[in-house]
Amino acid sequence: MSSPRDDRDYTPIVGAQTDIAPLGRSGPKPEHERTADEDSDPIDWTQIADDRDFKALVRRKARLIVPATVFFIVYYFLLPISVGWFPGLMEKTVWGDVNLAYLYALSQFFMAWLLAAIYVTAAAGWDRSEHALLSKFGVSHK
Amino acid sequence: MNTACPFPLIAAGSQTSLWMFLAFVAATLVITWYSARKSSGASAYFAAGRRITGWQNGLAVAGDYMSAASFLGIAGMIAMNGYDGFMYSVGFLVAYLTVLFIVAEPLRNAGKYTMADVLAYRLKPRPVRAAASLSTLTVSIFYMIAQMVGAGVLVRQLIPGVSYEVAVIGVGVLMVVYVVFGGMLATTWVQIIKAVLLMGGSILLSVLVLQRFHFNLAEFFSSLTAISSTAADGQTVTRNFLTPGLIFKNPWDQISLGMALLLGTAGLPHILIRFYTVPDAKTARASVVWAMLIIGLFYIMTTFFGFGAAALLGPDHIAANGGTNMAAPELARFLGGEIFFAFICAVAFATILAVVAGLTISASTSFAHDFFVNVIHHGREQKPGEEVRVARITAFIVGALSIVIAIVLGPSVNVAFLVGLAFAVAASANLPAMVFSLYWKRFNTAGAVTGLLVGLTSSIVLILVSPDFMKDPLFPLKNPALASVPLGFLAAWLGTVLSKEVPSGEKFTELQVRANTGLGAEKASAH
Repeated sequence: MSSPRDDRDYTPIVGAQTDIAPLGRSGPKPEHERTADEDSDPIDWTQIADDRDFKALVRRKARLIVPATVFFIVYYFLLPISVGWFPGLMEKTVWGDVNLAYLYALSQFFMAWLLAAIYVTAAAGWDRSEHALLSKFGVSHK
Repeated sequence: MNTACPFPLIAAGSQTSLWMFLAFVAATLVITWYSARKSSGASAYFAAGRRITGWQNGLAVAGDYMSAASFLGIAGMIAMNGYDGFMYSVGFLVAYLTVLFIVAEPLRNAGKYTMADVLAYRLKPRPVRAAASLSTLTVSIFYMIAQMVGAGVLVRQLIPGVSYEVAVIGVGVLMVVYVVFGGMLATTWVQIIKAVLLMGGSILLSVLVLQRFHFNLAEFFSSLTAISSTAADGQTVTRNFLTPGLIFKNPWDQISLGMALLLGTAGLPHILIRFYTVPDAKTARASVVWAMLIIGLFYIMTTFFGFGAAALLGPDHIAANGGTNMAAPELARFLGGEIFFAFICAVAFATILAVVAGLTISASTSFAHDFFVNVIHHGREQKPGEEVRVARITAFIVGALSIVIAIVLGPSVNVAFLVGLAFAVAASANLPAMVFSLYWKRFNTAGAVTGLLVGLTSSIVLILVSPDFMKDPLFPLKNPALASVPLGFLAAWLGTVLSKEVPSGEKFTELQVRANTGLGAEKASAH
């Protein structure tokens, strides 16, 4: 079943070579598995973290993400809550035989898409500030 | 009187449908084999540095997510009990906002691809990897059980005379062997092709349903207001399927299920690992959005084929022909004859195969390198190839366990319900540890380990003493999330504040910078 193989490349036999789960090696640890101690690099993390622009970027992200998260959690749980405790209201038919409960459930899809769209639009702006921030410190992604 | 099926239906399991089914499955496998070969070549994508684009990864995420539970389970849930089944559709989609807002980008930016990687980065690697791999394994097994049940009922319906038990063992063993020795199955392309097939099948099914109602939505919905079925006591009852509460009499049940679905997705190992196949956080973000679009459209269509099965076939017919998990294929048989039935069965089967592959891979690799190599052997293989062997053995054990449990549970358990339990375990064990390690500076190893273990055990114990598994339930809710998720968070918090260990603030700072800028994820260099 297992024949002698090349020492360096252990192609994962579980599903052969896959793009999501490379497996088995005797070389150095891949980057994603490294801990902070093993990850020595020339970047001064504290300096970036203390930077005004970095703090502003984190704050800007939080200003959207926190309220948006609170909103979708409330909007989502209002459905089982209203259906559970106000069945009279939610079973009212609104359009033909379609009741409020189904329409509210359906609206969740559009709510999710809308929030995702808002997030993506805002995130494009964050990408630009992130880029500016990194070039200020003379480092880049690649 | 059962007015639901005015046409005579062909008996289940005819020879033609079996052969057509096999032909469709074979064709799917050939297509995936070709595209996997063509696109990855000798060196895999990953190694070659050629990465997939946002929409491709979005399709793959959608493919991973739309499992047997979504297709067979939700359709059956809606077909048997109406509105309440649609709650699964809603929860499965809205959950992606949790993924998008809270985990996808920080995870990709930090260059981590499993929960264990994130935890081990700031905390003590060995204990957190051990706890994380245990919970990953458990979540995967729960998820797998649902797929095995789905595969079992499909095959039982296709091959006359085969019992459910034999079907589960046969199909389960075949799938695991194929995944372990077969190769190529876990590539992104399998998920992409599967997602396209599943969307195609669902669209066709929905259009054919609407055709019966002259493409008039008002007519479609009004047909749902009086669905007759035989109750447990033999009486015929007529119910309005648009009315909530036909399954969940207790509102807390709805809230608990909702919580599991909303918070569980962000803790699913095979979904998280997908964000590493894209080059950067921007693409990770784009792929979540693509996935949301595809998954959302798919779940909206469950309205048509779930309610459509209720209106056109009726719950009694479905119960007599394969049960709750066969509503969608039976609907296809009714609308499009044996060919369409075989096609839908093949799509469902390919779906199960692909999801089983993804799960087996993420479970066994996680165990092999998180637990075996990094915990037991301190990050080094003792003998070359050992990790691969451990992964293989793990894959077999995970497969065998889920086959056994699937048999014990039997064919009549709805697979969406089973997956709901997997989500509850993921939400209770994985989510607290992950959120705290990304956002809480003081969080430490003790907190992560207690959070993971308490979330894991409390969710499993509460499932075992719930109404579906016990005659006199000790816990009233069908899904444990309402209690076990807060318990997981509480344990993670208590474990942290009660232990003296103060984690390095520097590492948290570094993780913050990485998570917010993506610096270092792609080998950063100073110039």
